[in-house]
Amino acid sequence: MLELLTDYTVQLVVLSSAVTGATSGALGCFAYLRRQSLVGDVISHSSILGIVGFFWLWFVLTGDGNKSLWLLIPGAMVASIAAMILTQWITNSTKIKADASLGVMLAIFFGTGLTLLRWIQRSSNPIPGQAGLEDYLFGMAAATTLSDFWMIGILTVVSSVCLFVCWYRLKLLTFDPGYAAGLGLSVGRWELLLLSLLVIGIVIGLQIAGVVLMVALLIAPASAARQWTNSLGKMILLAGLLGGGCAASGAFMSAVRKGLPTGPAIVVCLTLVVLVSVLFAPGRGVLSRRRTLVT
Amino acid sequence: METAIKTHGLTVSYGVNMALWNVSTQIPAQQISAIIGPNGAGKSTLLKAILGMVPTLSGEIEVTGAGGTAAKQHQFLASQIGYVPQRNSVDWDFPITVLDLVLMGTYGRLKWFQRPGEKERADAYAALTEVQMQEFAGRQIGQLSGGQQQRVFLARAFVQQASIYLLDEPFAGVDATTEKMIVDILHGLRDAGKTVSLVHHDLTTVSRYFDHVILLNKQLVASGPTRSTFTSEHIQATYGVHGMQIGGFSEDATDA
Repeated sequence: MLELLTDYTVQLVVLSSAVTGATSGALGCFAYLRRQSLVGDVISHSSILGIVGFFWLWFVLTGDGNKSLWLLIPGAMVASIAAMILTQWITNSTKIKADASLGVMLAIFFGTGLTLLRWIQRSSNPIPGQAGLEDYLFGMAAATTLSDFWMIGILTVVSSVCLFVCWYRLKLLTFDPGYAAGLGLSVGRWELLLLSLLVIGIVIGLQIAGVVLMVALLIAPASAARQWTNSLGKMILLAGLLGGGCAASGAFMSAVRKGLPTGPAIVVCLTLVVLVSVLFAPGRGVLSRRRTLVT
Repeated sequence: METAIKTHGLTVSYGVNMALWNVSTQIPAQQISAIIGPNGAGKSTLLKAILGMVPTLSGEIEVTGAGGTAAKQHQFLASQIGYVPQRNSVDWDFPITVLDLVLMGTYGRLKWFQRPGEKERADAYAALTEVQMQEFAGRQIGQLSGGQQQRVFLARAFVQQASIYLLDEPFAGVDATTEKMIVDILHGLRDAGKTVSLVHHDLTTVSRYFDHVILLNKQLVASGPTRSTFTSEHIQATYGVHGMQIGGFSEDATDA
């Protein structure tokens, strides 16, 4: 097991999982505070259609299979943003409520994506490299290449710079968009940036956690971090640390036990972290609250 | 009477639900005015329409002193109007401190990449002192009582150093002491030459608190000085049959 730690592939996989988990965890704080957990789940489920769709399109155009994140992440972004636009359109132009249209979009995009995936895999002359495409359902960090790592790195840098530079605006827009509009800020544009950051926080982790469980890597670190601090800045840092730590541990467990998907392994770690935080955090934890009630 | 804000034939709808219908009214300058009407009468919508937060179907909004073009007017509005939204419109468990919240009032003067500095912090402290909340500056906002939350919201609007203040139900869920304190602050603003207008619910206090009333039930029912406008007929016309019982209070109004 110690040999594994010095293995180049394992190092790469664990490192990129850590970076991914940190970015998703930090960006997830905004989704958590804006009560957009369900939106996050729809984004991640919908993205399977873009992943499989772009893989297939690439094959049609070039005759070759390509599972690089440089192709599949843009695909995931296109599909998830399309799902968001359609949800918005349905909510605005019909009497269907927002949560119902989110649910419908999730079903349509995820279902169509799975159908396309099955169709590609059952095809009589299979596309080269299609094996492993189904790993995007539950995540397979072991498939990470160096070029994938650069993609993850760029998304991390871009979103961190956005967070740092626009910190005060993002804080205001998350807390009180109505007041922000009253101050004359163009709320629509800032909402778009927040949505883009949410999409980045999700698509970055699809290879590692998979579309089905990705929402856990987005929301669980934020839920745990909120228990320990009352400052937004500290909450985001802590969520990044917890997300990075859990993703790295999950990836390592999956590397040690061949065939264990990374997503479930990460979720097990996250569950422990959330459980401890919900029970034991001072002030907000269930146990500490009970003690306050008794005294 | 000078006018701060005028609306002409303002119509707003949310989908198929009409919120405001052909409302032409005015908010008088350097006075304190109340927007009164039953639930769903479009009171908050009127404020939001003035602030450009909801799209209008038709009609115009004219702010005295604002330039002609829509963009200029928008800029002017943002710098001149201090807005206090309904207290329950935000999540009070949000992880920020009281000072952080009040500092948000300065964001309007800052460019999108700028950070609030010493000057902004000092302004925020001064505003907190005005509402006697300075000792709570470092508290998490979830630890405040309803009245304290409302005072912090007020402080955030004060930091904007606006000339017009629009408040959405500032007395909702606050205790009598806080209400008295807020009223005194608002009267102080009026006496300092500011324009104050707020959505109000409690008909019993109208004649004591306000110079001017706007009675609204999707359409404008009446608008004018409290003494001549806040009458039982107008209240009845605003609230329907139920208003008859409440109408008694307007008798006191004419006596006062």
